[in-house]
Amino acid sequence: MPDTAVPSPVPNVFTRAQIGWVPFVDPLSEAELTPHHIAALIDAARAKSEYFRLLARDPDALEHRTRTDKDIFYNPEAGAPRADRELAAAAVSRFNGCIYCCSVHARFAATYAKRETDVDKLLAEGVGTDIGERWNAIVAASVALTAIPMTFGPEHVRRLRATGMDDLAISDIIQAASFFNWANRLMLSLGEASADRPPNGASR
Amino acid sequence: MDVIDTLAGIAPGSRMDAVRDGRKVARTHAQKSYDVLLTPAAPGDFSIAERFAIAAYVAGLHRAAPTAVHYAAGLREHGGEALAGAVAAAVAQTAAEGPKGAYPPGPLSVEDTPAPPFALSPEVAAALGPKLVAAFAHTHYLVFHPRDAAASRFVPLKAAGWSEDSIVSLSQLVSFLAFQIRVVAGLSVLAATP
Repeated sequence: MPDTAVPSPVPNVFTRAQIGWVPFVDPLSEAELTPHHIAALIDAARAKSEYFRLLARDPDALEHRTRTDKDIFYNPEAGAPRADRELAAAAVSRFNGCIYCCSVHARFAATYAKRETDVDKLLAEGVGTDIGERWNAIVAASVALTAIPMTFGPEHVRRLRATGMDDLAISDIIQAASFFNWANRLMLSLGEASADRPPNGASR
Repeated sequence: MDVIDTLAGIAPGSRMDAVRDGRKVARTHAQKSYDVLLTPAAPGDFSIAERFAIAAYVAGLHRAAPTAVHYAAGLREHGGEALAGAVAAAVAQTAAEGPKGAYPPGPLSVEDTPAPPFALSPEVAAALGPKLVAAFAHTHYLVFHPRDAAASRFVPLKAAGWSEDSIVSLSQLVSFLAFQIRVVAGLSVLAATP
């Protein structure tokens, strides 16, 4: 077969569209997955994802990361609404510069909150945008936790509280923003966003 | 009390203990992540001393006491005083601010910021050895400017003896610490702001 491969177009703007991801380090093949690897994937469907088959090279780290992730984002018992947690993830991804992660969580934030215009403002204008006090407070807190050195202080907690959040809701924002400092670094460094591959099912 | 509770000063029965209990599964598995990344039963070709060296470096770069104190103590225990001294010197020599880096060329290029330099003195590099020097260079980029990602970043790691499995473990360790350090910092502020 002639070599007709061309470089994948790399997305160079923040978007809510579905984009793909290609690994820089070889994932395990599906045939190489042992029962230990498969258990660590948690959802069997993740065996189809190159991202998760790559992380399966350290199965215990993958398993505990996935269980931490799911409780921070999906636990519906009280605390911050799912849209707020997803907004924190999108804001951290926008600030760190993870176009892939940002696309996934901007989509979730827009869907759960039904606020596509505000999410698109965050993507286009960055974390200094104005999208209403509650979301501004979440973005500011997420950015303050992400910057090195960190600048998160009592003023961020008071501002979140003033929008009606209780301790558990504020803790959800802290954990969601912190978790995306984990997720962004894996997704950014172990591969790259790609426009011409189908979405691989990796959400974080 | 787990490591996050200890470092954030969250006492059993306190207001913040109840908050953490509201996300019990995350609480359990954040600790298990710590356990399997820092002190795994089978560390493979990424030793526990090397893991604590990376952790002390990451926490030091974040200027995040008391987490940095915790990992510096762990490094002295698992890696010895000489290695701990070299890591502390590496932190001082490569301190920077983040996040920085460049986007794929296009409309976002106006937001590009230069990558902070990574340079160790010959003495510190010699004390760390080539395998940890390669890992520290990778760690410095992951901490401060991860958007400068490229496939070529793995070439020096592989040349220094890092396998594909241990590269994934190294990436998870640095990235997990980016999470744990921020949870401790955030919950400490929340605890102090009732």
